[in-house]
Formats: sequence, structure tokens, C-alpha cells
Amino acid sequence: MIRWLRLALIVAVARPVARFFAGTDVIGRERLPVTGPAIVAANHNSHVDTLLMLTIFKARAVHLVRPAAASDYFLKDPVIGWFSRNLIGIVPVARRKAGSGEDVLAPARQALAEGAIVVVFPEGTRGDASDTMAQLKNGVARLAEAFPDAPVIPVWIQGAGRVLPKGKFIPVPMTCCVLVGKPIRWEGRRTAFMEGLRDALLALKAEAPPLRWSEGEDSEEGETPS
Amino acid sequence: MQIIETVKAFMAAQPPVLLWGLVGVVALLSVAAAISAVLPLVNRTKDYKELRERITSWWVMVALLAAALLAGWQATTLLFVVISFIALREFLSLAPTRREDRLIILAAYMAIPVSYAFIALDIYPIFLVIVPVYAFLLTPFLMAALGQTKGYLSRVAMFHWGLMTCVYNIGYAAFLMRVPASEHLPAGAAGLVLMLLVATEFNDVAQYVWGKTLGKHKIVPSVSPNKTWEGFIGGWVSTAALIWFVGPWLTPLSGFGLAIVAVSLPLAGFAGDVTMSAIKRDIGVKDTSHLIPGHGGLLDRIDSLTFTAPLYFHMLAFFAVEHF
Repeated sequence: MIRWLRLALIVAVARPVARFFAGTDVIGRERLPVTGPAIVAANHNSHVDTLLMLTIFKARAVHLVRPAAASDYFLKDPVIGWFSRNLIGIVPVARRKAGSGEDVLAPARQALAEGAIVVVFPEGTRGDASDTMAQLKNGVARLAEAFPDAPVIPVWIQGAGRVLPKGKFIPVPMTCCVLVGKPIRWEGRRTAFMEGLRDALLALKAEAPPLRWSEGEDSEEGETPS
Repeated sequence: MQIIETVKAFMAAQPPVLLWGLVGVVALLSVAAAISAVLPLVNRTKDYKELRERITSWWVMVALLAAALLAGWQATTLLFVVISFIALREFLSLAPTRREDRLIILAAYMAIPVSYAFIALDIYPIFLVIVPVYAFLLTPFLMAALGQTKGYLSRVAMFHWGLMTCVYNIGYAAFLMRVPASEHLPAGAAGLVLMLLVATEFNDVAQYVWGKTLGKHKIVPSVSPNKTWEGFIGGWVSTAALIWFVGPWLTPLSGFGLAIVAVSLPLAGFAGDVTMSAIKRDIGVKDTSHLIPGHGGLLDRIDSLTFTAPLYFHMLAFFAVEHF
């Protein structure tokens, strides 16, 4: 029941809203997986990223798509928690427990074992809206190691940070662009895998339309200082 | 059967010339589709995928516009609200913006419902000034009130340009629908809009086709390297002829007024195209988005219309239409 409600909301509500207000151009949509297990690794600047990632898949793949999200952020409130679990379909990641010996990736592994398409944001948290990419966390490599047959698809999301930057609450309509790269396979070494993913993301970023966005008064581009 | 009767009654209530005009558009598009189906058989080495995509997109655009025009001024106004919104969104997304500008970007979008409200209310004198005077004054004040003075003039100009082209000028096309039926329009108010859209888009296509077939001498190489004198003149003459022969069927224009429109509208279309190209060149993009397969963004499609719509409107008002 909730599964159908989720599909209806994503395809009939979230998708038109995303297309109208964020005008999302998807380049390389045919590279998105339609079956699981698969891992989609994207850069992260905004909550809009999750919305976009839910709405760009083919309708028949939507029920498989599970975005990984921080449990300390999304599950602390019961209402948002219910919404996150059932309608967004998040895979919780307990960021704060990382390094404590507890397996924070267990829910993601389980989802992959069930054949899900897990969307991860390897930067670990939202960056600022300028297009710099933070240091990638290697949780994605550990997932790829556990599921060596699952393709890892790099995705660069351009412009979502302008629609709703971290720390703001009112979204502003701006055109976004989602670029889907070629799948990366697990070859046996974490550092090589992470370098490959980083290079793939930066290559996609280089193809994206220019983002003439500046974060503050100091990082002004194209204008002479007064 | 009830549905068929309703459709029949709906079509019977439309001016016959308008229906024939739409049939003409569909016929033109069918010819183009047929040519695009034959071309790959003649020349196997070339890839005609983009041409086919373009034509498929044309079908969608024609269907949307025809449905809106037949449904009346409310639907047409709504469609142009959506067009203005997407065009402004594409423009503001390409222009340089800052985190602090978000509030002004949001305010700029608010100009759309305000401007179109006066079209819906049919209050022409206020529509005429609300964006060019009052949004013009409010934008820089809002920026000053928020304490933003860095690159002030160029930023204000950027917002002004977006509002004038995407909201105000495009609004003229929708406002044409408010001409009352009592004015003896041969194809109703929708005929006026149809003439504008057909002439503008035909000019774009004719320039492209003439340029592709005969083009040799570049006309504005530093802005738009694909545009040629041959394309410009070929498009100008073809579109002027189209307006001269079709104009009397769709609009109340005739004689001198019609001749002026026929000669000047293609020039305005060319000017709009080149001006938007200059902006895209400044920003460093080829297309404003990938919204319309084969065409690029919506703003790429309506760039000529931002120039032709106000010119056509004002010439109609001067020569033929009493309402404005």
C-alpha cells in the first residue's frame, strides 16, 4: 500500500515539481540502472539532491531506489522519520557511530542484498553550493567490495545547491543538471576504486554547464574589486 | 457519442479561418516530417537524428499552443505564464548569481503573476508600466535595502533584462487574446496570436533553411558564426511574403499597415535571435538548457519572440486594433 503511495507521489507529484521548479536536464539517463543491486554515487550540496535522485529513474525502477541518509538528521523526529523511511525510502546511515566498531553500513548492505538501487552521497554531508567537491568517504568502496557485481554509477548534480543551499529553508526555482557517468566496477583495491570514482565525478563536473554562482561577497567572480 | 457532439459544437463555435490556419500549420509540419523521413534514404552518410528530434518537438509545441488558442484567453494566458516562468528560470540560472541574491531571484519570479494579473484583468495601461517602470525601480531598491552594493549596476541590469524579455515582452503575446470579438477580427483574437507565432517561428526556420542551403557570407561572425547574409535575406523575404499573403486572413491588417508588419517583423525576429546569442556567448553556453529535444532550452526557442511580440502588438494597436 505504502509502496504504491510512494510510487504515485514520486512519479505524479515529485517528478513534475522537480521538472517545473528545478527544470532538471538529465544527461545520460540511459546509464541509470533499472535493476538492483546497484550503487549510485552522487555529489551532495542540498536536500534537493535526494528529490532529484528519486525523480530521474524510470518509473519501473523507482520502487528499488533507496537514498542513503544520515539517521542523526532524518530519524530524530518521529514525523520526519516516518516520512523518510516510508515515502523517501531512506537507508539510514548512523554517521555519529562511525569508527565506534558498529557496522554503520549494515542497512545499506541489507538493501543491496535485497536488490535495491542504493543512492549514496560519498561526501558524507552537504557542501556549499559552489561546485567544489569535498573529500570522499570510502563507505562506498566498502559497499562495492561487499557487492563486487553491483555497478557503481557516478552522478554529478549541478545547481541543486542554488535551489536550496544548506542552512536555507525557502527553495528558489533554478535550473539543475544531472549528469550520469559510465558504471565503475570493483577491481579489488579501495584506494584505486575511490580515485576512479573521484576522477569520474570530476569528469562529469567538467561537462556540466557553467555554474556562475558565488557563495559570498569575497568569492566574487568576473568583477574587479572596488 | 456525447463527446463527439461536444467536440463538434466546440469546433463549430471557432472561427473557421482559425481552424484552417491551424490545419495549415499541421500541413507544413507534416511536409517537414515527410522530408525528414526521406532525407536519410537520399543521403545515408549523414545523421538526421537531430532534425527528427526537432520536428517531434515541434509537434508537441504546436499541439500545446493550438489547444491553448482554441480553449480561449484563460488557457493561453496560463500557457504564457508557464513559458515566462521557464524562460526566466533558464535566464536567471545562466546569469551570474550569488547566495545573497536568492531573495531577489524569488522577487523576480513574483513579477510574473503580477504582470499577467493585469492581462487577466484586461487593464492595459497598468500592464504597460508595471514591469518597465515599477519592477524596474523596485529591483534596485530591494538590492540596496538588502545592503548589496557589489557589482550593483551590472546585477540590476541582469535582473532588468530577464524581466523585460521573459516576462514583459512575452506577455504581449498573451495580451493579444483580450481583443474583443466585436472588433471584426477575421479569425478571432486567437488568429492574431497565431499570425505572430507562425511568422516568428517560420522566420527562424526559413533563415536556418536558406542559410543551410545557400549560406556563404557570414553576417555576425563574432556572435553567431552559423548565421549568413543568405539565410537572413532568404528568411526575411520568405517571411514577409508569408505575412503579406496570410495576414489578411488572420488579422485585420491590410495595405500599408500589413506591408509595414511584413517588412519589420522578420527583422525583429533576427534581432532577437542575435541579441540572445550575444548573451549566451557572454555566459559561455550554446543552449540555455536541454528542455526541448533538438532545440535546446525554451529561451533558445522564444528568443526571437521576445522582440517580435511587442513590435507586432504595437503595430496592430496602431494600425488596426481599437482595444489598445
